[in-house]
Amino acid sequence: MARLLELDRLRIAFRTEHEEAVAVDEVSFAMRRGETIALVGESGCGKSVTSLSIMGLLGANGVVTHGEIRFDGSVITSFGETEMRRLRGKEIAMIFQEPMTSLNPVMKIGEQIGECLRLHRKCSRKEAKPIAVELLKKVGIARAEAVAKDYPHSLSGGMRQRVMIAMAMAGNPKLLIADEPTTALDVTIQAQILQLMKQMQKDSGMAILLVTHDLGVVAEMADRVIVMYAGQVVEEADVFTLFRDPRHPYTQGLIQAVPAVDGAGRKRAQPIPGTVPSLRDMPEGCRFHPRCQSAHDRCRLESPSLQRIGGHHSVRCWAAHSSSLAPEELPGSGPVMNL
Amino acid sequence: MGTYIVRRLFIAVPVFFGITVLSFLIMNLAPGNPVDMLINPNIPKELLELKRERLGLNDPLYAQYANWLSGVLQGDLGYSFSSYAPVSRLIGERIGPTLLLAAASLLFGLLIAIPVGVISAVKRNSKLDYFLTGITFLGISIPPFFLGLGLIYVAGIQLKWLPTGGMTTLGGDGGAGDVLLHMILPVTVVGAAIAGKKVRYVRASVLEVLGQDYLRTARAKGLRELAVTNKHALRNALIPVIAVVGAEIPLLLGGSIVIEQVFQWPGIGQLTMEAILSRDYPILMGLNLIAACVVLLTNLLTDVLYAAADPRITYG
Amino acid sequence: MMAREAMPKPMLQIENLKTYYPVRRGLFGRASGFVKAVDDVSLTLYEGETLGLVGESGCGKSSIGRSVVRLERPHAGRVLFEGEDITHVSQSELRPVRQRIQMVFQDPYASLHPRMRIFDTLAEPMIAHRLAKRGDVQAEVERLLQLVGLPRAAAHRYPHEFSGGQKQRIGIARALSLKPKLIVCDEPVSALDVSIQAQILGLLQDLQEELKLTYLFIAHGIGAVKQVSTRVAVMYLGRIVELAPSESLFRQPRHPYTKLLLGAYHPPDPLLRGMDRPIIRGDMPDPSRLPPGCRFHTRCPYARERCRGEDPSLTNDEHAVACHYPLA
Repeated sequence: MARLLELDRLRIAFRTEHEEAVAVDEVSFAMRRGETIALVGESGCGKSVTSLSIMGLLGANGVVTHGEIRFDGSVITSFGETEMRRLRGKEIAMIFQEPMTSLNPVMKIGEQIGECLRLHRKCSRKEAKPIAVELLKKVGIARAEAVAKDYPHSLSGGMRQRVMIAMAMAGNPKLLIADEPTTALDVTIQAQILQLMKQMQKDSGMAILLVTHDLGVVAEMADRVIVMYAGQVVEEADVFTLFRDPRHPYTQGLIQAVPAVDGAGRKRAQPIPGTVPSLRDMPEGCRFHPRCQSAHDRCRLESPSLQRIGGHHSVRCWAAHSSSLAPEELPGSGPVMNL
Repeated sequence: MGTYIVRRLFIAVPVFFGITVLSFLIMNLAPGNPVDMLINPNIPKELLELKRERLGLNDPLYAQYANWLSGVLQGDLGYSFSSYAPVSRLIGERIGPTLLLAAASLLFGLLIAIPVGVISAVKRNSKLDYFLTGITFLGISIPPFFLGLGLIYVAGIQLKWLPTGGMTTLGGDGGAGDVLLHMILPVTVVGAAIAGKKVRYVRASVLEVLGQDYLRTARAKGLRELAVTNKHALRNALIPVIAVVGAEIPLLLGGSIVIEQVFQWPGIGQLTMEAILSRDYPILMGLNLIAACVVLLTNLLTDVLYAAADPRITYG
Repeated sequence: MMAREAMPKPMLQIENLKTYYPVRRGLFGRASGFVKAVDDVSLTLYEGETLGLVGESGCGKSSIGRSVVRLERPHAGRVLFEGEDITHVSQSELRPVRQRIQMVFQDPYASLHPRMRIFDTLAEPMIAHRLAKRGDVQAEVERLLQLVGLPRAAAHRYPHEFSGGQKQRIGIARALSLKPKLIVCDEPVSALDVSIQAQILGLLQDLQEELKLTYLFIAHGIGAVKQVSTRVAVMYLGRIVELAPSESLFRQPRHPYTKLLLGAYHPPDPLLRGMDRPIIRGDMPDPSRLPPGCRFHTRCPYARERCRGEDPSLTNDEHAVACHYPLA
């Protein structure tokens, strides 16, 4: 099997002077080439930290304390800064949630794209110019020549996200990490950007790791879905199974929370009560139990492990385990310790 | 941009007028006048009165001002009361050295402040940062004249490495090398004061930029950390510094009075001091005029530079 | 205006409102043109209803909200609150009106004072408007917190100690502290996770029932607008292009823009993916250089010759639309 990316029991902690807070706990998943995986959850569940760790951009305080990340055959968690840099922007590119602030305000668009080209395609400043314009055209920017000479502030949010995508495509990446790429955009523009990402994927064959809390985007884009809650993977399935038969109460809650636009009348979306627990204050037992409608005694005391309940569908929930016939414990999902 | 500059210059005219009126009034409010300052008791009272009459000091204030203003509008700054030399020549002779000292000090100060500020910000809360911050505090808290005297004593008198004052060696050739040698001490003193004040601005400004999303983008491109800081962060961080530096320039000229005294630098500062002591109104008014020009022009220059550095700002 | 028996009293009337921002150019900075953020908009809000105002960012929907609470002075037109013209009244006359019209903002964190405890944030407006005696303030704050679903202990904490959803609850509690009749909600859930959005929307609906509130609900999220609104106005480039009861608008949008806007929404169902979803081309035009004719014609797939030359006006029926060729 052609595995592009593998996260193996990854644990990430943020260290301050006095304490260590575990933001990502024993997260494992694998990605094939050309595949789109959606990493889903509310803010604070660890999905952005996971994606930044793949880029090696956790910052000064974030450390991988346990487990490893393998990319294209190498263990990149043991890479030094120089090796990591060769990967960034070339093999793995990333686009972010805030297109308005993600571009350098005092550099021309063409220059910012050109920088990637010079870095990763080893071309000269002069050679980079027409390629940058070409990339802008490819991401659907009209008047690409003029835009290349422009500064970011004169572009709309949607245009800036297109520029970000053009920049990401400059290195012909094998993996594109898209962290909430459409959350800050208007719905009309959101649809354009998603379509563009699909188009780019079709042309280049890259894999996309889509980090989002918007299940509409997930349903549109993903092949497989990984649902995260409080730093752990709580459910993993292909997109059709997940929406048809969500087994974790958290996944069910996320789906029910989306307001319906079709159908008549005012219909209430069902919220998930409460909020994501803070890293310093993880509940005992199943981390979701304080917000779970169907929590029972066992959930409050014992932490469930991630178990396969059929095909490629895994769930971290006592109720789901008992209802399926022979749950099979996944390697690497081990007994889960509480902090 | 052109129309903007023209508009700003238009606005400057009434401001300019106001400044001259105010400074004329304040100057005349100060006790004493040029004639009183001639403290030779042998001069008879009648002569003094005659002199007063001739200098126009007995005219009403508005007439004196009108007289001065009409001269200025014709390009005539008047004559010194004490040396009878034309004010424009006196100032013209002195302004060169002052500008030289100010420009060199500013350059030197920024050459220290920017790298130190950047390093301090990038290595924030490290031992190096604390050390640099400590030095910076010293730079701010030691008064320039004190540092100047200390340096004169050590480098000039004890070690005899550097000249202690003046701009050229008496009887020397007065060449560029000689001037440069004379500049080292005053530039060090003034530059250190500037650096001390600016390091903290640069540090704060870089720190703010370091948290911006576009730096994460720059890192995600695979740029080296050095390129991230120097290319992406610095250009953005220096934009607010432009304004602070612009505001520094008029202060620099004001501060030259003390420093030029300490180093006997033949600049405007010394001229100012002499003119104040002898209540030489025409010279003082001329200097005021220059100061007003400097303030208005540096403000304009700051705004223009701002727009040049930050594409988000446009004047039209 | 429309004849309505079921909707008894107009609470807020916006008449031919124009909010322009000057674009200054030239030697003396004269306004050489205007960004017409709101360009001749008329709307009536009836007591007890929720009017949703939806559109892309930059369409002028927030400017309407800000003009209603007089954070902005309109260029022309009138705003009437309970029959009283509040467009030009003085600051002191505005005080009692301010009490009855409150606003909930998008970014709850930015709109809460970071160094003020929640208690003070909630108590201050009550005291300023003399709505509670000092002795009753404590009880009143507790009542407000309970109303928005926060524990009593929250009163003694600072804003940064709360999550986004909780902060928005505090923002709502603050708006309620003055016992308003009308609340202008400006993108109240856009900054929140979908799961939390549902909490806040539910809360707003419960409060409306309990306190008989009227809402002007401004949002770009169609799902949120649909959930809470009784009527919906769709805005595009400073104009209302469609105004209809929620059900009718979502069931059968008549303006091409509305249809495309609804079509751009991604339903949470992978079986519906990749459907021939019509995508609106391009960006919204620069609002300082409005296209002639119908403002939407540059992006409209159905545009014809007439649309390029003639500006359509909003019809006067229950399902109002501003389009020469409305969809059936």
